[in-house]
Amino acid sequence: MRVPLSWLREYVDLPAGETGRDVAERLVRAGLEVETVEQLGGDLKGPLVVGEVLSIEELTGFKKPIRHCFVNVGDANGTGEPQEIVCGATNFAVGDKVVVVLPGAVLPGPFPISARQTYGQTSAGMICSARELGMGDDHDGIIVLPPEFEPGTDAIELLQLVDEVLDIAVTPDRGYCLSLRGVAREAAAAYGLPLADPALLDVPPANSFGYLVKVADPAGCDRFVARTVVGVDPTAKSPIWLQRRLQKAGIRPISLTVDITNYVMLEVGQPLHAYDKQRVEGPITVRRAEQGETLTTLDGVKRTLSAEDLLICDNSGPIGLAGVMGGASTEILDPAAGPGTTEVIIEAAHFDAVAIARAAKRHKLPSEASKRFERGVDPEAARAAAQRAVDLLVLIAGGTAEAGVTDIAAPHPVRTITIAADLPDRVAGTAYGRETVTRRLQEIGCSVAGADILEVTPPTWRPDLTDPYDLAEEVIRLEGYDNVPARMPNVPPGKGLTEAQRTHRRIGVALAGAGYVEVNNYPFLGESAFEALGLEPEDRRRRTVKLVNPLNDEEPALRTTLLPGLLGALRRNVGRGNTDLAIYETGTVFLPKDELTVAPRPAVDHRPSNEELAELDAALPDQPRRVAVALAGERLPSGWWGQGAQAFWADAVEAARTVARAAGVELTVRQGQQAPWHPGRCAELLVAGTDRVVGHAGELHPRVVKALGLPARTSAMEVDIDLLTADGAEKVNGPAVSGFPVATQDVALIVDAAVPAADVEAALRSGAGELLEAIRLFDVFTGEQVGEGRKSLAYALRFRAADRTLTAEEATAAREAAVAEAVARTGAVLRGA
Amino acid sequence: MSAPNKSYDPVEVEALKPEVVEQARDEAVAAFAAASTLDELKQAKVAHTGDRSALSLANREIGALPPHAKAAAGKLIGQARGAVNQALAKRQVELEAERDARVLVEEAVDVTLPYDRAPRGARHPLTTLAERIEDTFVAMGYQVAEGPEVEAEWLNFDALNLGPDHPARSMQDTFFVQAPDGSADSGVVLRTQTSPVQARTLLDREPPVYVVCPGRVYRTDELDATHTPVFRQVEGLAVDEGITFADLKGTIEVLVEKLIGGGLELRWRPSYFPFTEPSAEIDLQCFVCRGESVGNPDRPCRTCSSEGWIELGGCGVVNPRVLVACGVDPNRYSGFAFGLGLERILMNRHNVADMRDMVEGDVRFTLPFGMEI
Repeated sequence: MRVPLSWLREYVDLPAGETGRDVAERLVRAGLEVETVEQLGGDLKGPLVVGEVLSIEELTGFKKPIRHCFVNVGDANGTGEPQEIVCGATNFAVGDKVVVVLPGAVLPGPFPISARQTYGQTSAGMICSARELGMGDDHDGIIVLPPEFEPGTDAIELLQLVDEVLDIAVTPDRGYCLSLRGVAREAAAAYGLPLADPALLDVPPANSFGYLVKVADPAGCDRFVARTVVGVDPTAKSPIWLQRRLQKAGIRPISLTVDITNYVMLEVGQPLHAYDKQRVEGPITVRRAEQGETLTTLDGVKRTLSAEDLLICDNSGPIGLAGVMGGASTEILDPAAGPGTTEVIIEAAHFDAVAIARAAKRHKLPSEASKRFERGVDPEAARAAAQRAVDLLVLIAGGTAEAGVTDIAAPHPVRTITIAADLPDRVAGTAYGRETVTRRLQEIGCSVAGADILEVTPPTWRPDLTDPYDLAEEVIRLEGYDNVPARMPNVPPGKGLTEAQRTHRRIGVALAGAGYVEVNNYPFLGESAFEALGLEPEDRRRRTVKLVNPLNDEEPALRTTLLPGLLGALRRNVGRGNTDLAIYETGTVFLPKDELTVAPRPAVDHRPSNEELAELDAALPDQPRRVAVALAGERLPSGWWGQGAQAFWADAVEAARTVARAAGVELTVRQGQQAPWHPGRCAELLVAGTDRVVGHAGELHPRVVKALGLPARTSAMEVDIDLLTADGAEKVNGPAVSGFPVATQDVALIVDAAVPAADVEAALRSGAGELLEAIRLFDVFTGEQVGEGRKSLAYALRFRAADRTLTAEEATAAREAAVAEAVARTGAVLRGA
Repeated sequence: MSAPNKSYDPVEVEALKPEVVEQARDEAVAAFAAASTLDELKQAKVAHTGDRSALSLANREIGALPPHAKAAAGKLIGQARGAVNQALAKRQVELEAERDARVLVEEAVDVTLPYDRAPRGARHPLTTLAERIEDTFVAMGYQVAEGPEVEAEWLNFDALNLGPDHPARSMQDTFFVQAPDGSADSGVVLRTQTSPVQARTLLDREPPVYVVCPGRVYRTDELDATHTPVFRQVEGLAVDEGITFADLKGTIEVLVEKLIGGGLELRWRPSYFPFTEPSAEIDLQCFVCRGESVGNPDRPCRTCSSEGWIELGGCGVVNPRVLVACGVDPNRYSGFAFGLGLERILMNRHNVADMRDMVEGDVRFTLPFGMEI
C-alpha cells in the first residue's frame, strides 16, 4: 500500500514539521512494515509553470518530427515575452495549456535546464512530459492541462509534484491498512491525535426502488449495496488532484468513473465496481458458477469457471467474477471509441474472504479488489463507499444520483470477546493496568465494558480480532514492544547434544581435518542425473519423491544419493580453475516408502491421536542422513619438497574409514560392484562383524567421469550415517601398554592376485595370536619373480608380550603360526621358501 | 730397534734421556696445536702417539733396563705421554666443536619456503554458524531438536495456525510433493520453515520444553544475490509455566550479544505470524554504520542499505492455538518462539555480498572459514 503523506494528512493533523521518515518510524513501531519512503520531486527546482502554446513551426529535414514553438509563460520568464522552445513531441496544438520548465530549473534526475541551441534554433526551456516530471512512467507524450489555468502559474504546486510516499507491506492480518482510512487510524493512534474518518458520511437509508439485486448465496456475499448515477458526462476527465493521488498510490488513471472507484477503494478500503447500467440486462444476481460456465473478464481473457466461483450475473449470464474482476460485457465505455457510458451502477459489496482467495488463486488473478477481500474488508463501509463514489460522480462528472438505494445485508452476529483485564500483562510480562488496556482497545475502535473481566466488541474493520490474545497483542504493540522489559526464563538443566548430534559434528570435523572442504548442494535432480551415473533401470535410487512445482522442470525429483550434487560442485570448481579438490557433503536423501500414502489433515482444536500422527509420518519418505566425498587432482601437492600424490580410489576408501572412526564404528571393506563406481575399483563398506552395507567408495566408472565431464580418475565415497551408527559407537577399553621390548619380524607372502589383502591380513592376525601387537602391509609387488596372476604381500609383524621379554624363538614361532594360517586360508606361499 | 740387554746402561740409552723425552713431548703438543682439522689431528696423533712415535719407541727401551732404573724411566715416559694425550684430547674437543658449528651453519635452510603439502579442509560457515547458535542455547539448558525436510502439511501449516485458506499460506511459496496419484494432494510439502520441528517437539514431550531447531528449509524463490530456494533457519521454542514476551526479549538479547557482540540497539517491530501472538520482527542496529548512514547520502552503508537496521528474524509469544493443536494446555503453559535466517546473519556478520557464494560450493569461499566461526 502506497500512502502519499499529503493525502494522509487529510485525515490526521500530523505536526507540520513531521517528515515521511518520521511518520514511517512511528508506524513501524506500531507494526506497519514501511518498506521505503519515496521522496517525490526531492531534487526538483522551478521555475516550472503553465504555458499556452502560441505558435508551432514544424521543422523538416530531421530524422524525427521537431517543433519550434513560442509559448506564453506569463511573467514567469521575467520579460513577459513569448518563450522560444524546441520540442520533439507532437501531441499538442496551438492554444493548448502545457507545462514549461524554464532555464535555471532542475528536473528530477537531477537534470538542470538551460537555454541552448538545438536543431538550428534556440530552445529556452522544455515542454514537459509526465515522465520527465517524475509523475509516472506510462506516458511519453507531453502533458496537456485543462484550459482553465493561467499562463505563468506555478506547476509544481498545481501538479503536486513534491510529496513523500510511504510504501507499506501490509501483513495478512491488517487488511484495513490497505486504505488511507486504516493507515490514518494507525497514525492517529501512534501520535495520539484524532482521526477524521472518511467513512463517516451521511448516507440515505435503503429503500425499495434501488437497482434490483438478488443474492442467492448469502454466505458468499453478506452485503450488497448498489447505487445508480445517470447523466454522467462521458467526456469528463479526472481532475489533476484525483489523477495525482492515484499515480502516487501506484494506480494508473484510466477514465473518470474507473478512477473514482479506485480512489474510493484507496480511501476507504472498500473495493467498488462500476457497471455501464445500459449494458446490464435485468436484475443483478449473486450466485456460484455452474460447472463449465465462462466469463470474459476486463483483461479480455475468457475464463472457464469452477463451481466454487462466486459470480455477479444478469439475465445474460455472468458479468463479473465477484470480488476479483469485472466482466468485459458491462465495462464502462471509453468515449474515444464510440458513445461513452452515461449511466452507472456502483457496486459496493462484501464477499467471503476464503471464496475470493480461492478464486483469485484458481484464476491466477490477484487484483487490488481480491487482495482486500482476502484480508477482510469492513462490511459496514460499503454504504459510505458507495455514497462517496456517487458524490464524486455528481461533483466531477456532472451526474445525477438516483434516489434508489439498494442495500442487502445478511444479519451479522455481534462478536464479543471476553478478556481478563490483566491478560496483556501476563502475555507481555509487565504491568499495564486496566485503564491503559481499556484505552488502547478503544483507540483501535473497540467498545469495551466491564472491570476485571472486559467485554470487548471489536470494530467491523477488524475481522482479525477473534480471541483474547488478539486483543492482548493490540495493547502490547500500541504500548510499544520497546517498553516491554527483558528478562531470562528459568531453564531447567539441559542434557546437551545427543550422541547422534555429537557424531554428526565429529564427522564433519574429521573430514575437514583430513583436508576436505564442505559444500551444500540443492537436493533437486532429474532423470539425466541417474543416466549420467549409469544406474540400471531397476536401480532403487531411481525411485524418487517428486515435486508438483519444481523450480526447474528438468529437476522435478529429490535426491536419493548425494553424488549428483557433489559431483556437480566438483565440476563447477574445476571449471573455475580449482583443480586439486577434496570436497564433502552431509545431508539427507529422500527415499520413498514401499507403500505410498497421503498424509491426513487432522483437526487443530485438539491434539491428534497417536494413530493420526503415525499416519502423518507414514506418508513421509525415509530421510536418512548421508555423507559423501569426491576427490580429483592432487591429493598431496608436489612442491620443492618432492613429488606429491594424485587422488585415487584409496583416498575415497580412507575417507569412509575416517567417517567410521569419527562415529566410533569399525568398517569392513570388501570388493564391490555398484554404479557409478569403476567395477574393479569399488569398495563395499560394511559395519565390521555384520552384513550391513553402509556405503561404497572408490574410483568412478570411466563412463561416468566422461558423461559428467569430470577429471580422470575422480574418486568418491557415500556412506549412510544412520545405518553406520545404528548400533551406537563401540566403547573403547584402555589398552594395557607393555613396557617390554618389541620383536619385529617381516614376512612376504605370495598369493593369487584375486585374494583380497584384507583376507591375508585377517589370517595372519588370527594365526599370530595375542603376542601380535601390530601388523602393517608395507609392500605389494607383482612381476615375473612372483609369477603370472600372483602378487607378493610384504608385512611387518610386531610382537610383544605383556609380562616378559620375548625370545627370538617365541617371536619366530608366532610368525610361523601366522604364516601357517595364511597358507591354510588363502593358499599363500611364503616368498623365498 | 735394540734388543733387550741386561748389561746395558740406561744413561747410555739416547732415547731415554730426559731432554730427548721432553723434546718428543713438546713436538707432539706443538703438532696437535698446529692441527687445524680433525684429519690433521688424526695424522699428528698417529705420528706422535702411534707405535712408531718417539715416545712409544722410548717406552720399549724401558724393558731392557736394569730393574733399578726402570721406575725412573717409566715415570719419565708416563708423564710425557700423559701430557701428550691430554693435549690431544683437548684439541680433539676443540676441533669437533668447530666442525659441529660449521655443519649447523651449512645445514641452515630458508624457513620462509612455502609449504602446503598437507591439504587444508574447512567446514561450511553456515554449518558452523548453526553450531555456534546451538551451543549458545545448549549452554542455557536447551536441547537441539531436528525434524524431516519433507514434512506433512499439517505440521508445516495447520498445526501452526495456518489453515488451508490462510492468506499467510500464500506468502510462503511452497514446494508441494506429488501424491501417489500424481496430484498435489499428498498432504506433504518441503518444509517452508523449521517450525514443524517445534510442533513435533510439543507433540512428543511434556513441558517444560526448551529447544532450538536448526535445519534446511525450502521456498520457491529463484537463486539470486539475496535469495535462495534452499536456505537455513534456526528456530527456538520455550514452553513453560509463566513464559512471557519479556523472557523472549531477554533471550534474544543474550543471543545477539554472544553472536554479534554487545552494545548494539535492538528494535522490536510488531509484525504478524500466524503461530505467534504478539509477533515481532527483530532489527539489529547496523554494526557497521551504527545508524549514521540514515538520510546521509555522503556516507552510504552497504551492510544495512543505509537503513540503519538489519533484520535478524521473527519471533513472538506462541499462539495458544498452536499449543492446543499440539496437546498443550494453554491455560497452564505459555511459550515464545523465534526464527533466524542463517544466510542473512552470515552475510552481515562476515560481509558476504552475494548469497550465491554460499550455495555454489566454491572451495575458495569456504576455506577461509576453517573449522569454526
